[in-house]
Amino acid sequence: MSLFLVVALPFLGALLPGLMNNAGRQACAGVTFTVSLAAFIGLLTNLPAVLAGEVVMTGVNWLPSLGLNVNLMLDGLGFFFALLILGIGLLIITYARFYLSRDDNMGEFFTYLLLFQGAMVGIVLSDNILLLLVFWELTSLSSFLLIGYWKHLPAGRQGARMALAVTGMGGLALIGGMLILGNIAGSYDLSVILQNRELIQESPLYLPALLLILLGCFTKSAQFPFHFWLPHAMAAPTPVSAYLHSATMVKAGIFLMARLWPVLSGTPEWFVIVTSAGLITMVLGAVIALFKHDLKALLAFSTVSHLGLITMLLGTGTAFGAMAAVFHILNHATFKAALFMSAGIVDHEAHTRDIRRLGGLRHLMPITFVIATLAALSMAGIPFLNGFLSKEMMLEEANHTILFDTPWLVPTLAVIGSLFSAAYCFRLIGHTFLGKVRDDYPATPHDPGFGMWGPPALLVVLVVMIGCAPFLAEPFVKLVTAAVLGEAAEVPKAYFKIWHGLVPALYMSIAAVVGGLIVLTLFKPLLRVWDAAPRPEAKTIFEAIIAASVSLSRGLIHGLHNGAFSRYAAIAAVTITAAGYHAWSTGTIGAPTRSPQPAGAVEIAGWIMLVAATCGLVFLHRNRLLSLILIGIVGLMVSIGFVFFSAPDLAMTQITVEVVTIILLLLALNFLPNRTPIQSSVLRRVRDVAVALAAGGATFVMAYYFLLREAVTTPISEFHLANSYKGGGGTNVVNVILVDFRGFDTFGEIIVLGIAALLIYALTETLLNGPVRARLLNRKPDQPRAGDMHPMMMVVLTRVIMPVVLLVGFYIFLRGHNEPGGGFIAGLIVSIGVVMQYMASGFAWTSARLRYPYHGIIGAGVLIAGLTGIGSWFVNKPFLTSDFTYVRIPPFEKFELATAALFDLGVFLAVVGAVMLSLESFSRLARRAHVKDSEHPMDIDPSRDPADPTSPKTEGV
Amino acid sequence: MGLELLVASAIGILTAAGVYLTLRLRTFPVILGISLLTYAVNVFLFASGRLSVGAPPILTDATVYTDPLPQALVLTAIVISFGMTAVVVMIALGAYLGANDDSIDDPIATADDQVEDQA
Repeated sequence: MSLFLVVALPFLGALLPGLMNNAGRQACAGVTFTVSLAAFIGLLTNLPAVLAGEVVMTGVNWLPSLGLNVNLMLDGLGFFFALLILGIGLLIITYARFYLSRDDNMGEFFTYLLLFQGAMVGIVLSDNILLLLVFWELTSLSSFLLIGYWKHLPAGRQGARMALAVTGMGGLALIGGMLILGNIAGSYDLSVILQNRELIQESPLYLPALLLILLGCFTKSAQFPFHFWLPHAMAAPTPVSAYLHSATMVKAGIFLMARLWPVLSGTPEWFVIVTSAGLITMVLGAVIALFKHDLKALLAFSTVSHLGLITMLLGTGTAFGAMAAVFHILNHATFKAALFMSAGIVDHEAHTRDIRRLGGLRHLMPITFVIATLAALSMAGIPFLNGFLSKEMMLEEANHTILFDTPWLVPTLAVIGSLFSAAYCFRLIGHTFLGKVRDDYPATPHDPGFGMWGPPALLVVLVVMIGCAPFLAEPFVKLVTAAVLGEAAEVPKAYFKIWHGLVPALYMSIAAVVGGLIVLTLFKPLLRVWDAAPRPEAKTIFEAIIAASVSLSRGLIHGLHNGAFSRYAAIAAVTITAAGYHAWSTGTIGAPTRSPQPAGAVEIAGWIMLVAATCGLVFLHRNRLLSLILIGIVGLMVSIGFVFFSAPDLAMTQITVEVVTIILLLLALNFLPNRTPIQSSVLRRVRDVAVALAAGGATFVMAYYFLLREAVTTPISEFHLANSYKGGGGTNVVNVILVDFRGFDTFGEIIVLGIAALLIYALTETLLNGPVRARLLNRKPDQPRAGDMHPMMMVVLTRVIMPVVLLVGFYIFLRGHNEPGGGFIAGLIVSIGVVMQYMASGFAWTSARLRYPYHGIIGAGVLIAGLTGIGSWFVNKPFLTSDFTYVRIPPFEKFELATAALFDLGVFLAVVGAVMLSLESFSRLARRAHVKDSEHPMDIDPSRDPADPTSPKTEGV
Repeated sequence: MGLELLVASAIGILTAAGVYLTLRLRTFPVILGISLLTYAVNVFLFASGRLSVGAPPILTDATVYTDPLPQALVLTAIVISFGMTAVVVMIALGAYLGANDDSIDDPIATADDQVEDQA
């Protein structure tokens, strides 16, 4: 099966459990199991190739410009991890089916689980490290969701947040490290990076990359000092703890260290950091685990300890160490998942996980007892169980490792770690299962059904099998080791045997087991010492750090981002001006290449009007109605400027937009206060004037300088001018650019316009359906209304003029391709014609005569424009390629038919729809606000006197 | 006095007035300010095609045309800015009708805002 499918199956399958939720628990678990099984079988189909030593590669270019490609790779290491993930996944799904209670939402659980599974398989099969990072973050997210699965438990929520914060932070560091690594190697593909050991290790950026990557790995794999999140993650349901937080996800960091082992390991930095972090974690985890009373907490710290062991082995940088690490990953996954599931069974049946309340379960739960004991003994390192083999290899490797020039340091610490490890394993067995049967269990324990004990039993069979016949696992482990080592080292020749003779490792092993037994007999006094000793509580430290960073960022945000819009605007204006000034003062400005064009008296007069209106607006802006008139003058002068400077299309657009904008603002002013009160202090106004003058001055200088200089390169408009008629069939180049050369832009813009109109409509609806409605209905106009709402002169005039307006619009539309005009302008003209009907004859009268809703008109416009563009696909041309031809129908003159005209029709409709929908929404606010709208024009409004509340408002006929 | 100076100074004055009004504390002057800034930006973009008198980009027998591309860009910008103004006005109106206050600055965060999820 293609690797794509192996990775994609869990993701696609994640949709199913949610859908199957109502079909029953059996169906829900069954479908999840099937999906995982399919991926598992898909993986196994690649087994022959992997066994033959091949590297299965497949890839699709996704964003090649960023080096981000969906490249997947399957070698021994990837296969090993994928096998663990999917294989243990199958067991966990079976177990979870029986573990979850009826109150738990099973679909949600399995959706998260499959999401995690897909992300995890993605990590181990990624060839592209950027892709790997995406999957990496996905595992953090799905782990967050799974830890917090029992949303009602505060511990679950806190644990989930802590896990996300720690692993998320590590993920950020990892992104940085991976980017540096890819940058050094010149490729983001692992297959290339792994070939460049010398290049990477000699780079000055090796150390930062290493530190960042290790930060990612250590946080994910709970290495000291980031080990504290893992025990808190145990608030998750036990299947999650067994799967994510022991067998798979926490091994992602170890996987990455193994994956990058050929290029990163072997340097002193790697050796010191990784080995010592691993050692500390191993010893610390083992010691804490011994004194934990919660079964899952004990197992969590033992997981931390074993992860430290594996990290330490990878840190040594020798081929033997790597092989021991691989072997221990396999063994740990089997016995630890079995132990977690056993702990879950105990919790499920006895309703407590507190070791102090347990004991004597041997008689009540014989099957669970056997499973848990075998797994725990394996973890303690007892012969004929697989844990013994890899632990011996670890001790052997430790014996040869010299850290900080102290030969005894690593072996001693390794023995201490193993000793405590043996002790907590014995405690787990002794205090939970052995001893007398008690009569105060919260519930009467008994063995569960096969569904729950079957999966751990299967794992324990593996534990015993590998333990008794290590040669069975040897070829596979060596294959994986070869994949880890790459070309950096040879696979060691050592054989996997139970009996190696009287080697130092054996004595160390015996010392650890015997020491473990002694520690357990001394457990009670040791516990008293432990409880009395002061220890830093990681959770408290973590929460203090979080609280400190929260208050820091809150201080920062409240300083900069305090909800005061004017402050942001001022900051933005000052920053942009300063950036412009910086560019100005550091760049070079050439001599003027254009001579100024002389301005006549009329032009100067126009300028004076514009400036006078603008300044008047600033000084008189408190009178809102007056300021509308002034801004109208500004708009008018800008339109005239466009006419003067050879832009007839712009002038027509500007002047029509001006009309609708003023109508819009008038409508809005109907509700807003008429005056702006004086609010800002003199000091503040002085500050604002300074900011404004700086911004204005900067724009003036920049505009003036470039107006007197030619463009540095030839503008692309040369092309438009040359091809407008030949290629676009029109002589109005602006219109041809809009509907043809840059038609896609225009297409986007009419969509934006349509969205804006719909947004206004939606806001109006929200307002009218909310608490504001009552206020609107009871609103008293603050000025007397006109007696005749619909003056006769105006009604007659607008109705007479309507056909003329439509004709003008039609004419402007048709001539647009060759003369100034086109869809935009025609749309605005027609809109103004319709708006005049609303104003003169009233809302009800006009809407009663409206055949098509404005939403539909917007939609039709966008659709017509889009379909016109798609039409070109049928002649194998790219989207929006236009075509035109000349037709002659007697007795008319020859005229042109262009597909661009159809596109322009779409533009026209979208503009009409958008403008009308916006204005109509505003007026709907007004309409509901007061008198019922009258059907008849020329009516007299008896409610015109707002002081008379008794006047009947509905009889306005 | 050259035409370039007139246009450039008009852009500058429109910008200054626009920025000043945008920094006011009520919604209506801010909307006016944004409208003035829109004029300034549109004219600025239009002017980037340099100023020509009597050379519209309508193909005739003439040999010199003004740059049509900025015109096309500004044409859509004018229409879009109408849409933007309309949305801003609607938001301002909604805020005013909802709170009976057309102030633009939120009050500085109080202790009530600092209650966070302690779950």
